[in-house]
Amino acid sequence: MKRMIASSLVVAALAAGPAAAEDYKAGSLKIEAPWTRATPVGSKVAGGFMKIENTGKEADRLVGGSATVAGKFEVHEMAMIDNMMKMRELAGGLEIGPGKSVELKPGSFHVMFMDLKETLKEGDKVKGTLKFEKAGTVEVEYAVRAMGAQGGQMKKH
Amino acid sequence: MRLVRNALWGAVLAALLSVGAVVLFQRVQTGDGLPLAARIGGPFDLVTHDGTRLRSESLKGTPFAVFFGFTYCPDVCPTTMLELSNILKRLGPDADRMRYFFVSVDTERDTPEHLKLYLSNFDARIMGLTGTAEEIAAVARSYRAIYQKVPTSEGFTYNHTATMYLMDRNGRLASTISYQESEETQLQKLKRLINGN
Repeated sequence: MKRMIASSLVVAALAAGPAAAEDYKAGSLKIEAPWTRATPVGSKVAGGFMKIENTGKEADRLVGGSATVAGKFEVHEMAMIDNMMKMRELAGGLEIGPGKSVELKPGSFHVMFMDLKETLKEGDKVKGTLKFEKAGTVEVEYAVRAMGAQGGQMKKH
Repeated sequence: MRLVRNALWGAVLAALLSVGAVVLFQRVQTGDGLPLAARIGGPFDLVTHDGTRLRSESLKGTPFAVFFGFTYCPDVCPTTMLELSNILKRLGPDADRMRYFFVSVDTERDTPEHLKLYLSNFDARIMGLTGTAEEIAAVARSYRAIYQKVPTSEGFTYNHTATMYLMDRNGRLASTISYQESEETQLQKLKRLINGN
């Protein structure tokens, strides 16, 4: 019975969508399924998304990072307010409180790849790092999803 | 004395009623209950992504859609252009009966050539428009669109209105599309505009 449940979970996971991106650990932080989106030719920017869970007793902050395809990297917050798209850099980083998880997703918190050196294509992988105040630097890989993908773990629109 | 007072009240009442009628008329006129509609939009003369100039007078008789964005926009702009492209495909030949404009608010980085390259990813009927900082500011003002340059540690980005303006064949606001309205609603709004009702 247990095995049946397990295998049906595997099937469900496989059915859920494109290649499950990996999860990463840095100290007490768990970084789930980083992803980004295919970019239009000529675009110099792309957002990076993931869920970060803090299982520790202390708050940590995402303060920076890098991506091999990008010249620059920033931590941003976007919001739609009265039909206006507002974007700002989180100069002090993004806090992940103890026992909390924060989702970086379109329309909200995200990392920003700037000065893109190449066009990102669906199905590609993008290597990079994330830098945390306490947990330090961790290497991650972003799965490139379709242009306009809106996220949700593994969900493809 | 009382007669005068009554007459005055009568005048006040009449004035209120006529204001109400005008407001009501505007709301009825604009369909979507947008009292500002009559004042949104206006003439423009900008540079297309092909490097030629486009004057709004040349659009007379043709409905059009206007979106303010920039190519260094990571989310809202490509998503909006992608959705619009999908809808134009669904509209088929009817889509040729109106025009579609992407007005860049980033006059520093978005040259006509760069706009052309960027828009080559999307439906070929979407045309990029640019101009001097003053020209773009004037167009945005006439559409009541807002944009603000936002410095970041490594560069700059923009806050901007993400509404798509749907203008009728006389250049008057017919409707708007908000960011990520359902594809079906967007399609219906464009159909309504193309068919002139």
